[in-house]
Amino acid sequence: MIKNISNLGDAALYCDFGDEVNKETNLNVIKYFQSLKRKNIEGINNLTPSYNKLIISFDLKKTNFKDIKKKLENINIDQSINLSAKKIDIPVCCDDSFSLDFKRLEKKLNLCRDLILQNFFEKEYFCYMTGFIAGMPFLGDIDKQIRVERLETPRVKVPRGSIGLTEQFANIYTFESPGGWNIIGNTPLKVFDNSKEVEPNLINPGDKIKFKEISIEEYKNYNE
Amino acid sequence: MSKNYFQVMRPGINTTFQDNGRNNLYHIGIPFSGAMDNRIFLIANSLVENDLTAPVLEFAYQGPLLRYHGDKINFAITGDVIFKLRKKKSEVEGRCYESYIIEDGDEIDILSTNKSVYGYLAISGEFNLKFQWGSCSVNTKSNIGSNNGKALSNGQKIEISKIRCNQSKKKSNYINTKIEKIRVIKGTNFDYFSDEGKKIFFEKEFIVSKLSDRMGMRLEGQKIKNIVHTNIKSEGLLKGVIQIPADGNPIIMLSDHGTIGGYPKIGVVISADYDRLVQIPSGSKIKFKEIELLNAETLFKLYDMETQNLVSKF
Repeated sequence: MIKNISNLGDAALYCDFGDEVNKETNLNVIKYFQSLKRKNIEGINNLTPSYNKLIISFDLKKTNFKDIKKKLENINIDQSINLSAKKIDIPVCCDDSFSLDFKRLEKKLNLCRDLILQNFFEKEYFCYMTGFIAGMPFLGDIDKQIRVERLETPRVKVPRGSIGLTEQFANIYTFESPGGWNIIGNTPLKVFDNSKEVEPNLINPGDKIKFKEISIEEYKNYNE
Repeated sequence: MSKNYFQVMRPGINTTFQDNGRNNLYHIGIPFSGAMDNRIFLIANSLVENDLTAPVLEFAYQGPLLRYHGDKINFAITGDVIFKLRKKKSEVEGRCYESYIIEDGDEIDILSTNKSVYGYLAISGEFNLKFQWGSCSVNTKSNIGSNNGKALSNGQKIEISKIRCNQSKKKSNYINTKIEKIRVIKGTNFDYFSDEGKKIFFEKEFIVSKLSDRMGMRLEGQKIKNIVHTNIKSEGLLKGVIQIPADGNPIIMLSDHGTIGGYPKIGVVISADYDRLVQIPSGSKIKFKEIELLNAETLFKLYDMETQNLVSKF
């Protein structure tokens, strides 16, 4: 499954699963990640799965690149692993006060607001990975017709709850953060709950997401 | 309310509780955090006879002014730090890497770090803190850790439980070490850059920008030209990774970094040089030197042995 393993600095392995970003490659990454996590290999202190890569960090006091690489070569990956694959609905309000980049999107895509939203809300999305900031999900694939590049100049502050689009992906800003994605709306739902030690993430890799449009009144009265 | 506490009379620029940091959470977007300069964090705890990884206060540039209330207690400050200890009738210039006794009403005034960024304050007791995922370390960007995931604020109280006081002074003659060049292993996207760009990276000086914090260190200098693509498919990051965004200026990931990023990685700072890297203040010059993996591993072993020797002296 892994096409190539190299070192990233002196305390991590960089595992490449292939150039293509698609569900199949990503599912391989997720399976490998879940499997390794369960094996609890001595010295490994972090695993970061992404679209088509897995980065394995280790404690250089306890082990090194060569040893971990050797262990990986002799490991059995459980192909039958059951991914969580929850189905989750995310309420989104696209009121003008939230949809910061509609003018830009309409211009870039040559589509009106209603068509962009119709297209966006129609599809079910797949969670490829979580991260950057705590709990942020990277969801795909959005339809070819509504794909745009990130902003030329990223915002210093993107509001918490913002829904952003870039290329084939959508994400949710779980915290106020700098960011360059095109913001189309905002969710009142808590996607990351830092009061929970276990499963603080609402969305995990492999989950299926559907966005549901809500009005500003529903947004204001939203109660989890 | 505990009867032993510090009253924060001035919080300092970014004063946070830190310890060893937290593991195994990159996959949900939570970085290690923890003390930026690990070595002098450990020394601070050893000077007050704590567990080496006990929570301490970390400050950057300007530190806090703290008034102490309660029973006698020891404290020690590590780093290259200018501070004063104000007693009822006297004021003394504090020395780093040395333990002191304070009593009710005394003030510790941490004025500034000198030609460095971070310093540490450890006490011979336990700060009364909430742990999250096994660590008190504060990540102010995601509000994770003790103190509601926030830096110290003016007027707040820092409660202390389980205090001890040792009458004998502990002292180390350690001086923060500096190195001329930060050593770097080539990154996974090294060949995204022009020959000229690669040369600039390893031969020219960069200046540490003011926009540096616990998340990252931004550098300014001659632009490093990308000849392949200025974005990569977003993937994991680590502390020490050096990314080059489209503007050609390097950004080094530090302990509170975002866990995923989409800029090409030109290199990674070796583990042995991380503590020294984070101490380079904004406005200073920085230079890189290429090194191979095996050498980096050896250098880390030496660095770690040296650290173990420093903390086992007490």
